[in-house]
Amino acid sequence: MEDHYKITSFCSIRDQTVYKDGEEYYTNTEAATVKDFAKGVYKHLALNYAKFYKMDDLCKLSFLASEVLSQGIEFPEDTALVLANHASSLDTDRKYQESITNREEYYPSPALFVYTLPNIVIGELSIRYQLKSEGVFFVSESFDADFILQYASILLETQKASQVICGWVDLDSHKYDVFLALISKTGNREANAAELNTIYSKL
Amino acid sequence: MKSVYAIADTIVSPLGFSTAANVAALRKNQTGITKVVDTSIHEHPFFGALIEKTALNAARKGIIEGDQYTKLEQMLLLAIAQLNREQAALDIQKCGVIISTTKGNIDTLRGTATEKSYLTSIAHTIQDFFKLPTLPVIISNACISGGLAIAVAKRMMQAGRYEDMIVVGGDLLSEFTLSGFFSFQAVSDAPCKPFCKHRTGISLGEAAAALWLSSRESLVSENTAVRITGEASINDANHISGPSRTGEGLYRSITNALQEAGVTPDQIDYISSHGTATPYNDEMEAIAFNRIGLQNVPVNSLKGYYGHTLGASALLETILAKQCLLNNEVYASLGFEELGVTPPIAILKENKEIPVQRVLKTASGFGGCNVALILEKGLA
Repeated sequence: MEDHYKITSFCSIRDQTVYKDGEEYYTNTEAATVKDFAKGVYKHLALNYAKFYKMDDLCKLSFLASEVLSQGIEFPEDTALVLANHASSLDTDRKYQESITNREEYYPSPALFVYTLPNIVIGELSIRYQLKSEGVFFVSESFDADFILQYASILLETQKASQVICGWVDLDSHKYDVFLALISKTGNREANAAELNTIYSKL
Repeated sequence: MKSVYAIADTIVSPLGFSTAANVAALRKNQTGITKVVDTSIHEHPFFGALIEKTALNAARKGIIEGDQYTKLEQMLLLAIAQLNREQAALDIQKCGVIISTTKGNIDTLRGTATEKSYLTSIAHTIQDFFKLPTLPVIISNACISGGLAIAVAKRMMQAGRYEDMIVVGGDLLSEFTLSGFFSFQAVSDAPCKPFCKHRTGISLGEAAAALWLSSRESLVSENTAVRITGEASINDANHISGPSRTGEGLYRSITNALQEAGVTPDQIDYISSHGTATPYNDEMEAIAFNRIGLQNVPVNSLKGYYGHTLGASALLETILAKQCLLNNEVYASLGFEELGVTPPIAILKENKEIPVQRVLKTASGFGGCNVALILEKGLA
């Protein structure tokens, strides 16, 4: 793996700032909510993708990171998605729970319920880039570069995928930490756990 | 490539607290689905498959004592503990452990905030109880979680990361998920009827299951060996809450799994399908099976026995598929009366004793995800 595969590009979104390959790409410290911040990034990227507005905040942030990651890159159809986080879909789960807690004000909505699964992020990205590919959503305490990269390498070495988008997409009550990296055969950074951990941690 | 064997397993469900008890119930075509009157879950009566707390308490007595565990944790701990007690050759401290769940302790979300709402709390509970050296990995991938967890475990074992792994999965029948499926108008007003003309939606259920996988051939013999020989999980890339109309992701998952197993569709003896009994899911599956040429292979859905147990379902159904292989028998697709999917498929209307050498297990879920597993009897 280390000999053949590279970290082609990466994107992080933290503290109201988007970083592309480690460089600040967009910042908006004025945004009051995750939703507002995400809308600002969307406008900055000059995107035209109606599905964006239907997404929950976790999907929006993940989608935006993937858009930055994809600049100048075409993802082949067999690009796998290997994502993880800590809070699963709890941010949306809490909102959905609010809609059913009071039987007098009971308004469960299918449009919200569908986002009470973390792998909907994988579904949204698969639709956006037409990835008919392997995907898995792990939940763990923190970003485990070693585990994620080991799993990504299995997919690549067994030819279940030709590239892997891997990362950490966490949102928990306004606190978010989004990091996506593309692992493929091109690029300057070696695809090893130490390197992946460095680029995840240093911002 | 190393072979991965399904060594031993246990099921905690409304139909019993061991795999043997569940097989006995299936042979009698008993269902765990009943009319439930429980206003803590839903304001009105509904059809679902609940594990009775008194029965669970009796089953865990002397094994999992105390009140500190949630119902789901009791179910998961009991599943692993039974496996551990029954299998002398199992050294759980040396196993990789993968937990499959969609919503975990979602019932704790009502009321004051608690750490139990985080899925990782379940991993900590299991780690602490069995004194595991590392925290188990969690897979939360909608309704395919249990099958995907088996596929991921197989891949990790074949890559040499572990010789032995335990996949444990579980989900509750909760107010949260039931209300959500009601909001989709996807809940049946009678016990669910997979692939039937009169199907109107799902019944939910709750269950836990544990499966011990090993690459050690010394643990099995020609007559007891069941291998996971192929698997794949391909996304539809079509819609987040509806299946692809062409069954594309499932079609590709099955195609890739067959290829990896090195078998052709005519070598499959039985399909344990997802069969949720929603109009769209069952139709999609029938389309995918037809596209591959599996339309004449005996097929059933076990949702009529268990309801949809979410993160447990594909794991539970794979464990039962293993029993079908070992016993050369298949069970009636409970609830089925008259074919209600456009392309014809060979639904099992009664229990049958047939030679079963290879099984295809499939599942599909929200987010456009699909998984296919091939199980084969005998040593490699």
